[in-house]
Amino acid sequence: MILSVASGKGGTGKTTVATNLALSLSGDVQLLDCDVEEPNAHLFIRPAIEDVQTITAAVPDVDMSKCTLCGKCGEVCQFKAILVIGETVLPFQELCHSCKGCIRACPEGAITETTRDLGVIERGRRNGVSFVTGKLRIGEAMSPPLIRAVRDFERPEGLTIIDAPPGTSCPVIASMKGADFVLLVTEPTPFGLHDLKLAVGAVSILGIPCGLVINRSDMGDDRVRDYAMEQGIPILMEIPFDRRIAEAYSKGELLVEALPEWKERFQALQQRIERLLDSGTVEEETSASE
Amino acid sequence: MKELVVISGKGGTGKTSLLAAFAYLAKEKVLCDADVDAADLHLLMAPRVLEKHDFESGHTAVIDKDRCTECGLCRELCQWDAIDETFVVDSIECEGCGVCHYFCPEDAVDFPLNTCGEWFLSETRFGPMAHASLGIAEENSGKLVSLIRQEGKKLAEEKGLNLLLTDGPPGIGCPVIASLGGATAVLIVAEPTVSGRHDMERVSELAAFFKIPAMVCINKFDLNPEEGQAIEAFARERDVAVLGRIPFDPVFTHAMVQGKTLFEFNGDSQGAVAVRKLWEEVSGRLEL
Repeated sequence: MILSVASGKGGTGKTTVATNLALSLSGDVQLLDCDVEEPNAHLFIRPAIEDVQTITAAVPDVDMSKCTLCGKCGEVCQFKAILVIGETVLPFQELCHSCKGCIRACPEGAITETTRDLGVIERGRRNGVSFVTGKLRIGEAMSPPLIRAVRDFERPEGLTIIDAPPGTSCPVIASMKGADFVLLVTEPTPFGLHDLKLAVGAVSILGIPCGLVINRSDMGDDRVRDYAMEQGIPILMEIPFDRRIAEAYSKGELLVEALPEWKERFQALQQRIERLLDSGTVEEETSASE
Repeated sequence: MKELVVISGKGGTGKTSLLAAFAYLAKEKVLCDADVDAADLHLLMAPRVLEKHDFESGHTAVIDKDRCTECGLCRELCQWDAIDETFVVDSIECEGCGVCHYFCPEDAVDFPLNTCGEWFLSETRFGPMAHASLGIAEENSGKLVSLIRQEGKKLAEEKGLNLLLTDGPPGIGCPVIASLGGATAVLIVAEPTVSGRHDMERVSELAAFFKIPAMVCINKFDLNPEEGQAIEAFARERDVAVLGRIPFDPVFTHAMVQGKTLFEFNGDSQGAVAVRKLWEEVSGRLEL
């Protein structure tokens, strides 16, 4: 089962939920940090890293001795990543999306593949949890290919928990697509609600069932709860504001270790998700409980 | 004209609340929300939209069944496995590279332009505002960020205003890179946590990579003073000016719930006092 933890708004507690859930469960559990721009899960998991690998993207390399300056490469490229300028061809490798169109378009076979570093993937373990994180190279714009490379380590047999990036555009979609369930972490504020609606929109485009965790649940107003009720989205957990939680988080401590009573609550969260999925659609479960 | 871009690396550190407070304090400015992926500034600024435009960017492949002979070349060439066995393109997976369109021997792949968001020019109680909203699950957020900053600059020039206050996106990828180019300076809003420090370090390296002068302020400073001091030490090492410490103050949330800036809600709160001092430092640095 693949469980993606997402949010729309940043800083609502995705990493807190993903890491604590992973460390509360027994059995075959895997945690993937797909927030490759600003990965944080490793700061809490503190895994023993067993393997580091560089992930690259294919980009063009032009052999000017074969090039006739016909311009077909630039014609096919949608991203202005290769251009004939005067007597030369300039590949702008940082703009390249690796479609390989220019390589195929070149009638002279003058374009071959080289690579651009996207970042690294680190793999390790903590207790029984197997951990994979991607780290985007500083200055690299494109995170989705690195996110997909992290997700290549998914193992279909156990439970895979994905810590997704904030927002609703391509990196978030890359972190949610194919998941069995999306856990949306929000806060009960106007910003939290607005961005939650966007995230719910993204989840419904992908057709994945979802549920909510409301963090700092006593710090705003009731509009998030009203919205969830209206939309039939189940609220699966609430985490009240507690200065002890905030301070433990600030030090990189796991909630389930600083305040062990939370371990059972995260186990209960997982059971609720499994029950929802077993009983069919989320909507049926919600109406049954009403 | 000068542009201050507020960024953070980590999301949820208080960028938008702080920018709204600056909007109250700054005299002559245009506001710009460049967090097009999850734009929130309008919730505090309540803009009256004067102009609304579609944002058109990028293309998506569409296969015409009548012309398609199912030869399979497109499926072979697509690097995103976006075309299924029945020769239907998954528009979410489609990268818009046009390879299938360009190489189809039957010319059966159409490649229409996408409308992937909207952008607005508005008036607020604090002055003009340029803002945008990217369609859900859309691409090209970096291009929309660049466009909305351009529009903000145009507005400022037309109205003879000397400052663009830009609310940036979280992260360090495409939209953030698009929010940095040509900025006078960035203000990084950091949070004194191990993750806040980690993310602040990465985003300040990004600003250095693109040679944009950076300043930092620490929000919720008293949550973990040791982490706050570690952030300040890192900043000093990298020639990033440390301009302010804002205490943890629930007044930020209370103001947001009412759709107000910090100063409209409670200008005497300790949070407001710290933000006023921070703005004096920032505007001094920008020589406003």
